[in-house]
Amino acid sequence: MIVRISDDAVALACGADAVAAAFVAAGVAVERVSSWGMQWLEPLVEVDGIGYGKVTPGQVSAILDGSAATIGRIEDHPFIARQTRLTFARAGRTRPLSLDDYGAWRGLENALAMGADATIAAVLQSGLRGRGGAGFPAGIKWRTVADAAGDRKYIVCNADEGDSGTFADRMVMEGDPFMLIEGMAIAGLAVGADKGYVYIRSEYPHAIAKMEAAVRLSAHLVAPFDIEIRVGAGAYICGEETSLLNSIEGKRGDVRAKPPLPAHEGLFGQPTVINNVLTLAAVPWILANGAQAYADYGIGRSMGTLPIQIAGNVKHGGLFETAFGITLGELVNDIGGGTASGRPVRAVQVGGPLGAYHPVSDFHLPIDYEAFAAADGLIGHGGIVVFDDSVDMAKQARFAMEFCAVESCGKCTPCRLGSTRGMETLDQIIAGRAAPAVHPEPVEGLSFSAPLDQKKDSPSTSSGQADLLELVSDLCETMKFGSLCALGGFTPYPVMSAITKFPEDFR
Amino acid sequence: MTKTDSLDDILARHSARDGALLPILHDVQAAFGHVSEDVIRAIAAALNLTRAEVHGVVSFYHDFRSAPVDRPVIKLCQAEACQARGVAGLRAMADAQTRVKVEPVYCLGLCAVGPAAMVDATVYARLDAGRFAALIEAQL
Repeated sequence: MIVRISDDAVALACGADAVAAAFVAAGVAVERVSSWGMQWLEPLVEVDGIGYGKVTPGQVSAILDGSAATIGRIEDHPFIARQTRLTFARAGRTRPLSLDDYGAWRGLENALAMGADATIAAVLQSGLRGRGGAGFPAGIKWRTVADAAGDRKYIVCNADEGDSGTFADRMVMEGDPFMLIEGMAIAGLAVGADKGYVYIRSEYPHAIAKMEAAVRLSAHLVAPFDIEIRVGAGAYICGEETSLLNSIEGKRGDVRAKPPLPAHEGLFGQPTVINNVLTLAAVPWILANGAQAYADYGIGRSMGTLPIQIAGNVKHGGLFETAFGITLGELVNDIGGGTASGRPVRAVQVGGPLGAYHPVSDFHLPIDYEAFAAADGLIGHGGIVVFDDSVDMAKQARFAMEFCAVESCGKCTPCRLGSTRGMETLDQIIAGRAAPAVHPEPVEGLSFSAPLDQKKDSPSTSSGQADLLELVSDLCETMKFGSLCALGGFTPYPVMSAITKFPEDFR
Repeated sequence: MTKTDSLDDILARHSARDGALLPILHDVQAAFGHVSEDVIRAIAAALNLTRAEVHGVVSFYHDFRSAPVDRPVIKLCQAEACQARGVAGLRAMADAQTRVKVEPVYCLGLCAVGPAAMVDATVYARLDAGRFAALIEAQL
């Protein structure tokens, strides 16, 4: 009998250690494996392939004597069977720190045999685009670094996964760390770098521990390439690539103006490949199975698969890797099963705190970089956060501004000041809504006194609201086009989508 | 081990690394619970930086504190996915008590099983009023 229980952070947070201890106390050995990604079922226990969901220590004896309710064979579960798992092929099946379970490093072997140029050509041909959110072709970035002159080149893995509703990077690092290491080693080989850094946010202690152990265990396999783990310090902005580079250098996480691009002058002023975890983690599969095999998945210019993270108020939340092209509605309703609260879905935020809020009428949109851009949204890192009909979209818009204000590095004015002024203006809008609130609370330090005064004089509340909304809209234009990076530049997405798609919440 | 010895240990361990400041500050924060003015002075001297540069880094990052916290700390996720799962109610509970410091954190990557919280490196999910009250009690 083989009993498998994940030691992923979600499983641990849901009580997996106590369940594992109960099996051990009953005389049964337990293998701690990576997570299948069916997070609503954690702690998920697998006994000889058969799954038991949301197990408590008290249910262990019933599982052992065969009387417990099961979800059937885990790999046949519709949530798993409907996926196309390339990056997450081993999820749930292997022990994260077992080199035996990981198997041959075929991607790296092939890259060594092919040489640097052919490796970059393969990544280009695969159509792999940066999975951090920007969607820039990875092969072009690698080619640029390979061609750049520098004393030393670096591979930097951006594992500062700060977007709410995303956890795929965490699952790779906690569940299959050797895959990321192999991807980095291939990148190093391709561009001529012998040093790599993985910058992991401090909110991910389990990922940090697993990556540090995995780097030690596999050092001989990737030598002379050398990887070092660096830990963030609670700054969301450090997920922005130039801010991240400053942070590794031991500086404030201020955003750098581009150009120069990191590919020319990156870490310590040297040519640097900086890629997201999922981008680098996709590389071993591409090199092992062929670029065309990867490019055969997906639609249009969005090739391959995307590990989508279904989160928030959703019944069946977790990691769902699939080829580009699946619609938002399929993900939320068919796969996610609608809301966990049982109330109707009202809004879905796609792409993290800087992504747009989509109403149900957007559910026809396919997961495709260009399709979401055309609908004034973005895919970002592939996180989907579901809200039910109790959500107050004006408050969500205000939160987007507040988050930007808290996390702004302060280097550029539109982001630093715009976020605070936007928050204050949205406070006024919220206070001035509908019947009960006749006059908005004056906001201390408010710079936009004119609309406030106008509002006091005006007999009609709605015209004051309209002026304030106009002001927010103007401000968002300034932030969108005047900010140095995506924090200030994309905060308008959640704000303006809330205002335009859910106008009734702002009246 | 005295405080000064440990700081020397930390500096010795990291000073030769490229970009040593953040690893040093993490170890200082873990060892002393905060990064004091005296420590900033010592780090600046060891890394050949100005005090202003070190202070600028300490004050930039949420993880580094300039003064120790006198209470246990719970980091409660307040980001969108946990908002969608009702963290506002827990925030109100947190604000209604003073024995434990409940700090906001923006995402623990437990977004399908929130509301979520973290104490040191231990994570908690599916918090409701009862479980959150128990978590607060457990810190005292």
